[in-house]
Amino acid sequence: MAKTLPPFQSFLDEHRGPVLSFLRSMVGPDDADDCFQETFIAAMRAYDRLDGQHPRAWVMTIARRKAIDHHRARKRRPVPSDKLPEQPTHDRTIADRDSGLWDSVRALPPKQRAAVSMRYAADLGYAEIAAALDCSEDAARRSVHEGLKRLRSEGAGEEART
Amino acid sequence: MTDRDLKTLEEALRQSAPLADDDEAVGAAAAVAGRADDAGVLDVAYGTLDTPLGKMLVATTGRGLVRIGLPNADVDQVIERVAREVSPRVLELPRRTDVARREIEEYFGGRRKEFDLPIDWSMVHGDFARRLLRGLPRVRYGETISYSEAARRAGSPRAHRAAGNALASNPLAIVVPCHRVIRSGGDLGGYGGGPDMKEELLRMEGFLD
Repeated sequence: MAKTLPPFQSFLDEHRGPVLSFLRSMVGPDDADDCFQETFIAAMRAYDRLDGQHPRAWVMTIARRKAIDHHRARKRRPVPSDKLPEQPTHDRTIADRDSGLWDSVRALPPKQRAAVSMRYAADLGYAEIAAALDCSEDAARRSVHEGLKRLRSEGAGEEART
Repeated sequence: MTDRDLKTLEEALRQSAPLADDDEAVGAAAAVAGRADDAGVLDVAYGTLDTPLGKMLVATTGRGLVRIGLPNADVDQVIERVAREVSPRVLELPRRTDVARREIEEYFGGRRKEFDLPIDWSMVHGDFARRLLRGLPRVRYGETISYSEAARRAGSPRAHRAAGNALASNPLAIVVPCHRVIRSGGDLGGYGGGPDMKEELLRMEGFLD
């Protein structure tokens, strides 16, 4: 049994906000709650293994995995065969509550998507993002930057300012 | 991409991020405990209740009541201790503490004189302390015994000091009635919840006028 772990309730209270924001940006508000539950149940199950790691990065790693599982589950559902393969799978149900800009984020390659979400939705520092993505801080910076470049080249965000 | 483009885009991302506000995060977090319990990963559940002497905390495991927090105790500190000594998988889930909370309410309402609750003794450390505390429910509502009598009943008549320590560290106050152990001279002695609370409980039980 772990020696110095805080009560799981404190852990949950401390990370609930950023984790929920991150998941909303990854899978949309409608499915974020389910992923959130699964994230913290998995975190609780593995809680003993948190020892020594950065807690926020650790729970974000789990959240990211849950978001990926969610995307896979969605892809396995039957889709019309004439659907354009190049077209990113936009989820109609999630489009209404946030702007088109974040829809574009959801269409980024997986690592960029996660990095951009962690940076601008969950407000993580690059050290935390690096730990969560299991890469160097430079690589984390690069993923965010690549993501931004791609968004910009697609013209995203230009009309997002009000 | 120029720096200005970058700043504009960053700004736009921050402003339009689908952030969860506090209430939404609290709501999502509150649902975790029930799900964790259903999934069998919750080791300790806790809840609070209001009593005439203040707010109390009740924590239970699958085996039974494991910890009471008296009104003068800091809830966070009590929970931290439970996490350390029992399991860190602790969440607030009042429904798992319903039976204990109801019995304590009945006690304070004068409708209950003894408790009928499964107990998890894992926060009581040492054989002597366990023997001593396990025997306490035999001291009835409205009665008291002395520290040395408590020590004698636990099998070590001369260990009244150790008895004092065991009583002071009782994690199950009220339900395991350490307030019914007083000094032989009639002085009430110490109490984890403070001397006033001990006096209040003994008055409520009719031992004091």
